[in-house]
Amino acid sequence: MPIGIIVESAPGETRVAATPSTVAQLIQLGYEVVVEKGAGAGSSFPDADYDAAGARLVTKKAAWSSAIVLTVNAPTDAELAMLSKGAVLISWLSPGLNPKLVDKLVKLPITALAVDAVPRISRAQSMDVLSSTANIAGYRAVIEAANAFGRFFTGQVTAAGKVPPAKVLVAGVGVAGLAAIGAASSLGAIVRATDPRPEVAEQVSSIGGSYLPVEVGEKMESSDGYAKVTSEAYDKRAAELYSEQARDVDIIITTANIPGRAAPRLITKADVASMRSGSVIVDLAAGNGGNVEGTVPGEKIVTRNGVTIIGYTDLARRLPAQSSQLYGQNLVNLMKLLTPGKDGGLVLDLDDVVQRAITVARNGEKLWPPPPVQVSAAPAAASAAASGAGAAAAPAKRRGIPRAARLALTAVGILALFALVAVAPAPLPQHITVFVLAIVVGFYVIGKVNHALHTPLMSVTNAISGIVVIGALVQIAAGDPLTRAISVVAVLLTSINIFGGFAVTRRMLRMFSKG
Amino acid sequence: MFDSLTTATVAIAAAAYIVAALLFILSLGGLSKHETARTGIVYGIIGMAIALIATGVLVVRRSDWLGIVLLLVAVVIGGGIGLWRAARVQMTGMPQFIALLHSFVGLAAVLIGWNGYLQDGGIAANLIGIHHAEVFIGVFIGAVTFTGSIIAFLKLSARMPSAPLVLPGRNALNLGALVVFVGLTVWFVITPVLWLLIAVTALALLLGLHLVASIGGGDMPVVVSMLNSYSGWAAAASGFLLDNDLLIVTGALVGSSGAFLSYIMCQAMNRSFLSVIAGGFGIEAPTKGDEDLGEYHEIGVPETAQLLADARSVIITPGFGMAVAQAQYPVAELARILRARGIEVRFGIHPVAGRLPGHMNVLLAEAKVPYDIVLEMDEINDDFPHTSVVLVIGANDTVNPAAAEDPGSPIAGMPVLKVWEADEVIVFKRSMASGYAGVQNPLFYRDNTRMLFGDAKDRVEQIVHELGRLSPAGAGSLSTGAA
Repeated sequence: MPIGIIVESAPGETRVAATPSTVAQLIQLGYEVVVEKGAGAGSSFPDADYDAAGARLVTKKAAWSSAIVLTVNAPTDAELAMLSKGAVLISWLSPGLNPKLVDKLVKLPITALAVDAVPRISRAQSMDVLSSTANIAGYRAVIEAANAFGRFFTGQVTAAGKVPPAKVLVAGVGVAGLAAIGAASSLGAIVRATDPRPEVAEQVSSIGGSYLPVEVGEKMESSDGYAKVTSEAYDKRAAELYSEQARDVDIIITTANIPGRAAPRLITKADVASMRSGSVIVDLAAGNGGNVEGTVPGEKIVTRNGVTIIGYTDLARRLPAQSSQLYGQNLVNLMKLLTPGKDGGLVLDLDDVVQRAITVARNGEKLWPPPPVQVSAAPAAASAAASGAGAAAAPAKRRGIPRAARLALTAVGILALFALVAVAPAPLPQHITVFVLAIVVGFYVIGKVNHALHTPLMSVTNAISGIVVIGALVQIAAGDPLTRAISVVAVLLTSINIFGGFAVTRRMLRMFSKG
Repeated sequence: MFDSLTTATVAIAAAAYIVAALLFILSLGGLSKHETARTGIVYGIIGMAIALIATGVLVVRRSDWLGIVLLLVAVVIGGGIGLWRAARVQMTGMPQFIALLHSFVGLAAVLIGWNGYLQDGGIAANLIGIHHAEVFIGVFIGAVTFTGSIIAFLKLSARMPSAPLVLPGRNALNLGALVVFVGLTVWFVITPVLWLLIAVTALALLLGLHLVASIGGGDMPVVVSMLNSYSGWAAAASGFLLDNDLLIVTGALVGSSGAFLSYIMCQAMNRSFLSVIAGGFGIEAPTKGDEDLGEYHEIGVPETAQLLADARSVIITPGFGMAVAQAQYPVAELARILRARGIEVRFGIHPVAGRLPGHMNVLLAEAKVPYDIVLEMDEINDDFPHTSVVLVIGANDTVNPAAAEDPGSPIAGMPVLKVWEADEVIVFKRSMASGYAGVQNPLFYRDNTRMLFGDAKDRVEQIVHELGRLSPAGAGSLSTGAA
């Protein structure tokens, strides 16, 4: 089956759905690839390279009439009309935001697959165009900021004096945020990051940033891999944090997008006004309403106090070769999934979660929205709205017992203990006291034990729990033959424990040596 | 009843018990550091000796000569067996050895409980009900510990398949057994007849059997810690029965120790204790066999050796597979050679690696790996991005990126070693089978992961051999200079 790669007609588009290297991989899957002349020009891939990779260069009409058509942007009406009957269109369709387009696609005798609807599950990661795009946007945001910023990112001590490092705040630690943190810290800046999900702290520090927690008694949990709406108390404290940071940092990069909603307002006009002249803000949510008050989508503006606010919505297009390569690779990975035989035959298996999730229309049948599947049903619809800056997948935490219930249980336990000790006859309360205190002591002593010594700990507790031997010893003293016989067995068993346990512990501890 | 001399002996014994209890606490406290651990054991041994001598004197005062002879014979035989086995046991066999020792404590508690019933003369009327309840509870906990540990022993020593036994309504069975136990206890307190004691013993033995049989191999670290805890509670119950504070203190120490270890293990698997006890991990896990995770890349021994020779820093993450292949000695040798070449070598140990808390540490210590390069998961997890090569030897679920990245994975949220953040990951594996959790591991399909198939021990030995042939300090390759 031939795959067609076309010249993107969207204004300002620089990308292309396949690069020479991904074309070669598509050919390996058994497909024939036809490329419209000039398709790679915007991304600096000359036609000759496609030719060398094994593609055939054709006219616009021939490319659009291929059995499979790969595009970056949703086709225009005129382009849709060029598709042949039974064709498969694979493109960034944003079906969740674009019901009109979905209706048009359903009327055509074609199959339409929306790559941006790939669910966020681990095996589909290699096809996740949203992550790829977010990654690029995050990187490019730092580059744009550096370009607009009048100073070094890295601190230096030069003959001409000391240069302090730039301070960068990244709001929202999703794929884009992480990419921004990584890029800014490798340029030498001091990078701080905020996110409602405290579990991202480790990811932040692993790429050189420091995580600023918003300290309220609430914890964000995300079951679908995206950040959710936060509570009022949280927002209040977060706003204070942003105000504090705005006064201190040189550069702010905001990446907070909540699926299916307007982007949250993180930085107010007052915050912007408090920033030093020459500071830069890059708002990656500009296309979705903006995280910063005063952002103009698609524009770079300078405020009255000299702060540059960059609201570009085409950051991925500003890195065309890279974007095309990653997007093309995502498509190759998708084609691998759709080509189980590696024989150039596309097979759509609607029982597969990933394939079902991306299928918008098939030969006049409307298949959007897909049925809710697994944990990641919501993202399939919502990811389209995430405009490429979703949060990195956060593991769904299993909930423990709720706090109130835990408190109640503790209270019941203490009351029960109280009642027991209060009514129990003579020796028992004393024993219970000893027992409870010993548990507490044990808990603290064991808590200090080195993890590496847990096996010796178990064998030594084996040995000392052999102390039950003294019970059996006392019973041996009794005259009754049956009791005596039973005690002898008990003494024998516990002696094995005592001697065996201590001996094996000593043997193990002797082995531990320092280098 | 006793003469004044005996009364004095009893008082002295009581004092000795307090000293022994303190020494036991010191003994466990000593384990907080490697440096103090050995002294700690000496405290424990002294404590035990004091307790035994004090009790011995008591027995000698009260018993006839037959009792004394029996006592000595039992201690000598038991002690002999204990020392013999302790000297012989393989470090890879520690989990089953420890499980067996737990079963002894459990059985002893059952026997002591029975004896407590058989000779309950001389107990005040207002205490007789409590005494019977104590007998019952002691026997119950002891019997559960006994059969549970025996099953754990059989599973760990592969004398029994480690797959979980799945009976219909197994949670109902466990809960039912508990309810029946409570009912029987009440009944026994009212009418203490022998058959009830027999019934509860049988019930507890079956419960222990079922409880552990229905838990799979991967959860064994939790099970062994849990049984450790039970053996402590059994000892404490005997202490209540016998009116002996030393037993209560020791039992409580051991019980809370085991409980703490179980808790750490559960944390390390991101599972609740109840879900482990409910058993059947790996059953509910949908094994997505048809998943297309991409392709894996193989690597050979010479390339691996070259990669290691050129590395700046290497982290080795061993798992139970290393113990199975008995590869700890060649691995230690490999670490030594690499360190001699000036390469930073460290070990990263996941809390549930192996079949026992701290098992990997013991195996590596046995192979003479210095303990200061053996680090915990939390200590080393941030260092993977700055690491040239990670060797994954016999580990699978503990290095599975799905736990961190795929919320739909059965092991989602389990803390894992982030080996995939290193420049290169080499996975030693027999074949492409899944781990104990039955979960596919996307790590194997990553672009920076190379698979080295075959027996881990053979492969590591071959790498060691290959490294020996490469000229020292990597003169064959370009010198990277000081970075």
